[in-house]
Amino acid sequence: MSDDQYGSTITEKILARASGRERVRPGDLIMAKVSLAMANDITAPMAIDAFRKIGVPKVWDRDRIALVPSHFVPAKDIASASLGMRMRGFAREQEITHFYEVGRAGIEHILLPEDGLVAPGDVIIGADSHSCTYGALGCFSTGVGSTDLAGVLATGEIWLRVPETLRIVYSGEPGKWVVGKDMILKVISEIGDDGALYMAMEHSGDTIAHLSMESRLTLTNMAIEGGAKSGIVPPDDLTVAYVKHRQEIHGRERPFDTLVSDPDARFARTLEIDVAALEPMVAQPSLPSRAVPVSEVEGQEVDQVFIGSCTNARMEDLRTAAALLEGRKAHPSIRLIVIPATQDLYQQALHEGLIQIFADAGASVAAGVCGPCLGGYMGVLGPGERCLSTSNRNYRGRMGHRDADVWLANPAVAAATAITGRITHPENIGALV
Amino acid sequence: MSTLRGKVHRLGANVDTDVIIPARYLNTTDPAELAKHCLEDLDPTFPLRVGPGDIIVADENFGSGSSREHAPVAIRACGVGCVVASTFARIFFRNSINVGLPIVECREIVDVTQEGDEIEVDLATGTVRNLTKDVTASAVPFPDFMRHIIEAGGLVPYLHEKLTSPNGSTNGAPDVVRAEGGEVDLLHD
Repeated sequence: MSDDQYGSTITEKILARASGRERVRPGDLIMAKVSLAMANDITAPMAIDAFRKIGVPKVWDRDRIALVPSHFVPAKDIASASLGMRMRGFAREQEITHFYEVGRAGIEHILLPEDGLVAPGDVIIGADSHSCTYGALGCFSTGVGSTDLAGVLATGEIWLRVPETLRIVYSGEPGKWVVGKDMILKVISEIGDDGALYMAMEHSGDTIAHLSMESRLTLTNMAIEGGAKSGIVPPDDLTVAYVKHRQEIHGRERPFDTLVSDPDARFARTLEIDVAALEPMVAQPSLPSRAVPVSEVEGQEVDQVFIGSCTNARMEDLRTAAALLEGRKAHPSIRLIVIPATQDLYQQALHEGLIQIFADAGASVAAGVCGPCLGGYMGVLGPGERCLSTSNRNYRGRMGHRDADVWLANPAVAAATAITGRITHPENIGALV
Repeated sequence: MSTLRGKVHRLGANVDTDVIIPARYLNTTDPAELAKHCLEDLDPTFPLRVGPGDIIVADENFGSGSSREHAPVAIRACGVGCVVASTFARIFFRNSINVGLPIVECREIVDVTQEGDEIEVDLATGTVRNLTKDVTASAVPFPDFMRHIIEAGGLVPYLHEKLTSPNGSTNGAPDVVRAEGGEVDLLHD
């Protein structure tokens, strides 16, 4: 059939292999074998209940399941403590290899790649919408709900519809203050909050070679904010070096394949972004798609600045923020909250002196938790309060009261804003302070 | 009962799962407790006004954002019989099928429907009627495989049957279904 005489995208190749097919096309319904399944303290308890109702005694593979407490830990109240007990009890009963305890854990989407559990070509299913993050390492990964995750716990498989691919081609070298966060906010501002609905978002172009693994993970992290099912960065030398390094550190060496899209693969749409011309972006309340260049919102006063979340709480993010905050104080009117994403990152930041810088600046510092990103605790906003956050969602009520406003930005803009008390381009910090 | 009839609560676009059930209530999985706070950040009176069998009608991208299954659970537990939207976000779509909340994609009806209208949804045929406006349209149909999950009462009973019955297969779905022309758009994951 002439229909089959063209190449495949990286996503199609991974899903073909996971379903034992030579080739799959967008729209195909497949049963895919799962490399790793993940749930957190919010989604695991419901998944465990569903797993028990399915009625099989044991999970499909105790080595391929990660249970990560990240949202309401250390327990914020008795109800949250009970959720944790349900997850912990299940992990013990099923002898789950990758159960992480509070104080040795972190935000799952930063923790699992750092722990060497993610490799190119994998199929990763997570009961958390930001499970699309892992695609930065060249794997297929997507978020599901608790019941779907229960099905994976029982069978090791999941039904998927092979997605069309939205290809984004970035060109040019990013400016000093521009990182993955600005690129993905720019993309979402172009396509809208559902512009990639049901699709895979493939990030390509010459800019990718300039991006750190941290920036790439931020790119794929926010695929879901554009409605996408998955985000993916084709693996290159940096990916291979990163994955091998992480595997070695944790004694988890295993072979992996670095697949890329064929030159004649078909894409539903191609979007071109000139990164060289890009300014840091800020998403205005209350949708990520309302992102504009920072210069358009400079001067907007805020009450709180949050540097953290699965989007921007990695070493690069912490170093950038610390470089601006070193020797400076957060503005008296600002509450600054900094949360390195994992215990390991917290330790590294401690060794590098970054935690001291944050503390000296007047920041409240925690570690290894989602914190105020989802309005759970540790910085919930009251009525009318305004927050600039490095997280991924500024929906109404996301970080607290329904009448609170949230702006999304990169860590440099966040640090600059913490110093001045109003939204500030980091290049203006020297002049202002 | 495959035909649902109810009074419409008309919502807009991008109704996300944070607004359906805010994270401050995610420390429980109790449906009755979640129902008390369903959509309260969009409209504090919603949990008080909503009645058994009511139908939510919304524009594009309903259920966007977080994967929390607490969202379709809360909607179902507060009595809503069905959600009709122009499009659904994909995780919410899967979650609704899995927990047994009837959802229907039917832009034609959404576009003519206002708060307080009465609409009727025939889940078996996919026919949606706005009785107030006297408009009838066909919903985007579910593929057979998904219909089997719905008919079983959700993914859990479906897998329970598959995995624990003596002649059950090892997994829950057809080996592969090759998309054919127009079928491509029928399944939203």
